Amino acid sequence: MADERTIRALEEKVAELRRLVEEEGVDLQEELALLEERLQKLQREYYQSLSDWDRVRLARHPERPRGLKLVSQVCDAFYELRGDRMGGDDLALRGGLARLGGQPVGVLFHHRGSTPEEQRACRSGMALPCGYRKAVRIMRVVERLRLPLLTFIDTPGAYPGVQAEEENIAGAIADCIATMLELAVPTVAVILGEGGSGGAIALAAADRVLMLENATYTVISPEGAAAILWKDAAAAPQAAQALGLSAPRLLELGVADEVIPEPLGGAHVDPEGTAQAVREAVLRHLGELQQLPLDERLKLRYSRYRNAGNLGTKAKTG
Amino acid sequence: MPIRKDSKDRYVEVELRRGEEPLWMRCGACGELVFRRRLRENNYICPRCGAYFFLTAQERIAALVDPDTFQELTLPLESDDPLKFSDRKPYADRLREARESTELSDAVVVGRGKIGGHEVVLAVMDFRFIGGSMGVVVGEQLAHAMEQAAEARIPFVLVVASGGARVQEGVLSLLQMAKTVAARGRLARAGVPYIAVLTYPSTGGVMASIASLADVTLAEQGALIGFAGPRVIQQTTGERLPPGFQRARYALEHGLVDGVVSREGLREELIQVLDVLSGVPHGG
Repeated sequence: MADERTIRALEEKVAELRRLVEEEGVDLQEELALLEERLQKLQREYYQSLSDWDRVRLARHPERPRGLKLVSQVCDAFYELRGDRMGGDDLALRGGLARLGGQPVGVLFHHRGSTPEEQRACRSGMALPCGYRKAVRIMRVVERLRLPLLTFIDTPGAYPGVQAEEENIAGAIADCIATMLELAVPTVAVILGEGGSGGAIALAAADRVLMLENATYTVISPEGAAAILWKDAAAAPQAAQALGLSAPRLLELGVADEVIPEPLGGAHVDPEGTAQAVREAVLRHLGELQQLPLDERLKLRYSRYRNAGNLGTKAKTG
Repeated sequence: MPIRKDSKDRYVEVELRRGEEPLWMRCGACGELVFRRRLRENNYICPRCGAYFFLTAQERIAALVDPDTFQELTLPLESDDPLKFSDRKPYADRLREARESTELSDAVVVGRGKIGGHEVVLAVMDFRFIGGSMGVVVGEQLAHAMEQAAEARIPFVLVVASGGARVQEGVLSLLQMAKTVAARGRLARAGVPYIAVLTYPSTGGVMASIASLADVTLAEQGALIGFAGPRVIQQTTGERLPPGFQRARYALEHGLVDGVVSREGLREELIQVLDVLSGVPHGG
């Protein structure tokens, strides 16, 4: 059975052998070819049998393509709009106007930052009430201009802080969901990395919900569920499995409409290819939605959410 | 659920009651043994120290509606354990135990009744049933209740007692936030009033969806109101929590609710709101 450590070790050996062959002209071509083949086989085995916990770790991978950079790659141009017009601007939840496939669109996305300073400034993607209020403001702009809305989700959750509570983080999320559900324009949500509870669904009440192959979408973090239900932080991998948070599982449950494949090893192996795949999927769904008349689109959206989870109920037995 | 020992804001968790009602109940705050009947006559407030006992949905309904006017509309639904979830204990077992001890099918009771002569659709959550958490059944019951209110054009009253979304139903629980908000949109478009009463606790995914979207929002004295729990806040941010944080009075001071009401005064307060609203064009 392939495991991560064996793969890493083999990768190092292959790199070393390649260096010997290429730089020092040592005649080890055959050995190199054999090892490379074995490595690829192991990688295929490993990445095709990922556990949900493996996916949680890939979704959180520090080099995973995300945030402003990925959105700029997916779209052809991006012009940021800032501020909630009520006293705040959040760097963890950003958005604005963009162009995609020759048309103007609105975009909203979580931003987690890559440098330590940036990560501090945007609390690693945990948005504040002013972030969700800005999102509502941008939704209104987009609706006024009759532009489709694209959202890109990647957050551990909304920010749990004293000030956030005082400024009504719960109400800000509720307003975001309510506004998004009623927008008169087509909406497509893509879960890129972590789709963490309320902070994620605030941007995910869309006509279509797409997930990258190793993205997660969950009611609570596996660590949180482990602490509450298992009373043991070490149970996070089991909790991840039990929560059914992976893209393939959520496709089965009808929560996600499409799983966007990632390269072997995860999205960070090929950020540009990932952006291209996201762009292609978004354009396809957008095209389908734009074919539908407004009232039909709204009817489908309403029934999607009105009936959500009904497959999990049954007639009373006792 | 930890019980705060503040002098004003005490809530006493009541043990799950099975079968026969005990004759006496002990107040978890002051230790006083109180006659069950006396407690009921006193709105489940400890006559010695004033602490609030947790109310069951049935007790809450009895305390709010005009006598003999409540007609239950709860749909005959149960959770089918869609994820076949199991932690240290299978979710199916937790569900069965909760059903047996509460005699409820899930964490909410829905019905039609009168409050001070005003027709309402009333939905009352019950904390005893897995922390009042919202899963697929609670979401469906609430959406159904709002549709009934919208159709009949009578106000919708929701009494919240919920820690949030039900973890054991995964993302399907999370989606109940969108579901209840979608149904609330129908109610709003029909122009029908929605009044929320937040009690202990009103937190997490329920607070970040349906419980935050009322036209009039009341908090029962001492209620816990917020999104993230105190422990999560401290663990994530290391912040010190101010005194009274996330309690009803604090929520009022920070502009999150329209009023804080004692348990004894809640029915009268609701009547006042419903009186003012009577004659609202589409359902007063």
